[in-house]
Amino acid sequence: MKPPPFSYHDPTTVSEVVGLLSTLENAKLLAGGQSLMPMLNMRYVLPDHLIDLNRVEGLGYIREGSGGLEIGAMTRQRDVEFSQLVKRLCPLLSEAILHVGHRQTRNWGTFGGSLAHLDPSAEIPLVCAGLDAIVGVEGPDGGREIAFADFPAGYMSPAMGLDEVLSSVRIPNWGPGHGHGFEEFARRHGDFAIVSAAALLERGSDGRITRASLTVGGIGAAPVRVSAGEAALTGEAGSVALFRAAAEEARRIDAIGDVHAPASYRQHLAAVLIRRALAKAWARIEAG
Amino acid sequence: MSEKIATTGAKRLEDPALLRGEARFIDDIAVPGMLHAAFVRSPHGHAAIGAIDKTAAAALAGVRAVFTLDDLMPHFKTERLVVGLPSPSYKQDRSRPALCGDETVHVGEPIAVVIAESRYIAEDAMALVGVDYDVLPAISDCRDALADGAPTAHRGAPDNLLAEFDMGYGDVDAAFAGAAHVFAESIWQHRGGSHSIECRGSVAIHDPMNDLLTLWSSTQMPHSTMRTLVEMLGRDESRMRVVTPEIGGGFGPKLVVYPEDAVVSVAALLLGRPVKWIEDRREHFIATTQERDQYWEVEIAVDGEARILGVRGSIIHDHGAYTARGVNIPQNSAESLTLLYEVPAFEMNIRLALTNKVPVTPVRGAGHPQATFTMERLLDRVARELGLDRAEVRRRNLIGPEKMPYEKPLKARGGAPILLDSGDYPKCQQSAIEKAGWDDFPARQRAERTQGRYIGIGLANFVKGTGRGPFEAVTVRVGPSGKIHVISGATAIGQGTKTMLAGIVAAQLGGDIDNVTVTTGDTGAIALGLGTSNSRLTVTAGSSAHIAAKKVRDKALDVAAHLLESSSHDLEIVGREVRVKGVPDMKVGLGQVAHAVAGSPGYALPGGVEPGMEATEHLVIDKTAYANGTAVAEVEVDIETGGVRILNYVLAHDCGRVLDPMIVDGQLIGGTAHGIGNALYEWMMFDDGAQPLTTNLADYLLVTAPEMPPIDLIRHESPSPLNPLGVKGVGECGVVPAPAAIISAIEDALSPFGVHISRAPITPPQIVALIAAGGDGKTV
Amino acid sequence: MGETRKLSVTVNGTPYEEVVEVRLTLADFLRQQLALTGTHLGCEHGVCGACTVLVDGRSARSCLMLAVQVNGREITTIEGIAPSDEELHPLQQAFADNHGLQCGFCTPGMLTTMVEFLRDNPAPSERQVQEALSGNLCRCTGYQGVVAAVLDAAKRLGDGAKGVAMDGGKAR
Repeated sequence: MKPPPFSYHDPTTVSEVVGLLSTLENAKLLAGGQSLMPMLNMRYVLPDHLIDLNRVEGLGYIREGSGGLEIGAMTRQRDVEFSQLVKRLCPLLSEAILHVGHRQTRNWGTFGGSLAHLDPSAEIPLVCAGLDAIVGVEGPDGGREIAFADFPAGYMSPAMGLDEVLSSVRIPNWGPGHGHGFEEFARRHGDFAIVSAAALLERGSDGRITRASLTVGGIGAAPVRVSAGEAALTGEAGSVALFRAAAEEARRIDAIGDVHAPASYRQHLAAVLIRRALAKAWARIEAG
Repeated sequence: MSEKIATTGAKRLEDPALLRGEARFIDDIAVPGMLHAAFVRSPHGHAAIGAIDKTAAAALAGVRAVFTLDDLMPHFKTERLVVGLPSPSYKQDRSRPALCGDETVHVGEPIAVVIAESRYIAEDAMALVGVDYDVLPAISDCRDALADGAPTAHRGAPDNLLAEFDMGYGDVDAAFAGAAHVFAESIWQHRGGSHSIECRGSVAIHDPMNDLLTLWSSTQMPHSTMRTLVEMLGRDESRMRVVTPEIGGGFGPKLVVYPEDAVVSVAALLLGRPVKWIEDRREHFIATTQERDQYWEVEIAVDGEARILGVRGSIIHDHGAYTARGVNIPQNSAESLTLLYEVPAFEMNIRLALTNKVPVTPVRGAGHPQATFTMERLLDRVARELGLDRAEVRRRNLIGPEKMPYEKPLKARGGAPILLDSGDYPKCQQSAIEKAGWDDFPARQRAERTQGRYIGIGLANFVKGTGRGPFEAVTVRVGPSGKIHVISGATAIGQGTKTMLAGIVAAQLGGDIDNVTVTTGDTGAIALGLGTSNSRLTVTAGSSAHIAAKKVRDKALDVAAHLLESSSHDLEIVGREVRVKGVPDMKVGLGQVAHAVAGSPGYALPGGVEPGMEATEHLVIDKTAYANGTAVAEVEVDIETGGVRILNYVLAHDCGRVLDPMIVDGQLIGGTAHGIGNALYEWMMFDDGAQPLTTNLADYLLVTAPEMPPIDLIRHESPSPLNPLGVKGVGECGVVPAPAAIISAIEDALSPFGVHISRAPITPPQIVALIAAGGDGKTV
Repeated sequence: MGETRKLSVTVNGTPYEEVVEVRLTLADFLRQQLALTGTHLGCEHGVCGACTVLVDGRSARSCLMLAVQVNGREITTIEGIAPSDEELHPLQQAFADNHGLQCGFCTPGMLTTMVEFLRDNPAPSERQVQEALSGNLCRCTGYQGVVAAVLDAAKRLGDGAKGVAMDGGKAR
């Protein structure tokens, strides 16, 4: 299983990258390689050009901006994993990243690479969906931002032009005291999730939920926000019965079936995991 | 007599080179001028093959040749690889060709080979080979294959029945007619692939000066490989050598002689350059043999006290598209079904079905896991129906130690009656259930349920036929350097064969395993050999090594006695010296002793002994040594997700006399991991068109470290009377009881839901579905 | 030959100047071009971990990297773990003493992965070791001996045994 022949480019600036993307036909971007290289080795993709992003300056950072957490596209997953800033501002991400592959893959896999790849079971897109992240891309006409809800265009297809490169991600903060819950069902430690779930809750001084975010991954082509469930939660006081009712909304999502699990099972898991994630999020709020 | 029969020092001779990355595996072999092969393989389960267009591929820079069957047939004396073990039950001869002719019968079948300067280029060229396919109906499910009017896996075949046979004894009809209770089960079992971390591979090198064709191959059976190739190539056996490098695991499928071995050999002859072929993991899924489905319909008849009166039923076994080994898997399954228990009457019909899938040959366990699963499910059923404890039902039926050796009225494939040589099955079971806390478990289970947690416990007894004969060849020789050389037809695949042989020989000749060199897996080093399979080497090669070493020892003492003017009874061998007991200065080196019987022209040999300080032994052992054991698994089931966690695992085992506890334990733990895979994870999936669906290690799940439970091993030693060491094999034992014990435990955990499981593997979606469907229809 | 690039890389403390095809994987570069065959290929799709090496001290699946990507970097392979021809690294010795290998094919990846793990987690629990091993497949051992070896090595290294130099140099 050896890669097919291609022409190799290793630009050092984002504008070089954009320039290459604009001029080369059938080009693929190489970020961490943990998703692309298996596909190349299996010859599932046959690019004429490989544009290696690993020498591009200025794409690896984790910082706090006015709008929230800012993560450069080429930031290694392991750096996100060990970042105290991420732990403080976005504990959901800190927890979810531990489920992304294994040490050897997180050392090299990138935050932006996982997003651009959009594997239906991946945890990073799930978290970005739940947090309403904003994806920054660079193209020949300059930079633009894409709200995550608009980012997946289809199965493993981001809504980006062929001449655009994902450069940054901005994750708006949830207020201090918010609760998060992350749940995943995978067959083995480190496997892609069969189904994953992320819950975020904010509670007002009257004890009622002021804001809720419920996201299910692995069930469709892209992570799905359970908006009906979110609506059912908002304005209510948290309770086991409420969370169960909200979770049942997740069971209604259209699901894919494959060798690992039939669609009906995924729907069932979605309900179970959203309920468990909600319970965790609520417990975190209660714990202060 | 506590004779020391093996020197073991909790170390392995194999380790230093392996730990340093200096051991030479097949893909580490690089010789000048070496070319690389890649095989164009069928993408269809069944198709007629028309024209093959090689032009574009052959024209690619770096490509040296593209061969199809037409190119190679003039160089083969036989068209097919005739490798099936003999059996009177075959109804069709389905030996496979070296490359497809005008028909392909499974995805992955090799159709053409590209030979190029690098594997990269060979794969580029593969994509350029044009093959005209006329897709034909493919048969995927082995039960469908045996239905009337099913499409045939091979064009022109009368049907898909590859073989059929029956076995049994006693009056089954009477047993069932008079039984207080009869229970029936329909069981599906699936085992998967080998997935040794090293895939297959060979390097063929022709030396024109000596006209010697050497095939380096990651094979478990170099001598069989050589015999097959010598026939196919019409080559004088003195001009052919098959030799093994370090092998990264075998587990069964590497014992088969494959088309790729023949093709690579011929290619090297035709091109006058060495040719290497290394299997990649995707090829391993579609071209290396594997085990797959068995469907059992069985009934058990018991009296009012749960004592077995009879067992009968039928098996449909998926054989795949060709015969690459024989009928041995379902034969082993049927044969070993009742061995542990007193079963007065038994009858089983076995049918092997041809399907359009890669051929089926043994994977670690070779049919025994399926037998164990079926029998243990039947006994659990009896227990549940009669309201008895599962361990108690087994106690009432296990063959007691006072009956050993116990002859079953069944014949093994070579014709010998099946004889359980030794073992204390009730004691083994008792030790396992005690360690596992069996009697206290119901109370713990009730307590956990009040907390909404579902735990369960399950148990399974097994026997495993080991030490497959008829022999293994071993030569022990002391060289003039004083070093001891052991040469054997055995093959090492990671199980510590060299350490085992060195330890047995060193025990007779000085006790220093570092003074022993071991050569295995080389037809050029020893003429006869049967390689490794069936957990056979310690029994067969170990016994031959022991006897040969003793002969050399006796001779060394006699010659040394002559040289030291002493009596051989007063001598001992310590390290590399023979010395007078109590007088260490009166000594002679082993090298000197060897030198003394190497001879000098005109001089008589000392003491009138035969020349040479060596002995070759092929101890014939026709009877099988039966290892046994009991596994008890404790699991927790998440009833909402169907996830299963194994909390604890106890394995009481008896592999006869244990020579090296470290190695034995390692084999058992490794086998247990594989068995956990067979219970919960490993499923080689195909669609209705016989297209494989799980062709990478992300879709086909092997157990990793976090899935392993804490494992308690309890050792019993019932020496086998069948060989001078008293040993039995152990390599496959761990895998045999695991699915039965684990699934019994899952069923126990889910008993409030009335769940009944009669399949392995079982996956979380299936568990959730069973809970939803079972008993009182509780939903979650 | 296809498109090539110049490559400067240090492997186990030895600098190399090579010309490589751009599509050559790091694993094949080490095995074929440098004849360092200790790094093994088990799957070539990034699951089995047998090909794991350390790149600038961080574990990497060498089947998922191109050789050109390690220009200017430092690699440690299994051949660079033992401090000398006479001595084994405490982790290697612990593998031998605890039967942490059988066929040895997955072992190079286990060792490099665990060298990094013990460097970053000098006193791990058994569960942590199991999870750290989850990216390395073994079909022979069932992992129990491997876990025991790693815990044993942690103890030995904690007691002052010498580890591996992490600057890509030969272990001191």
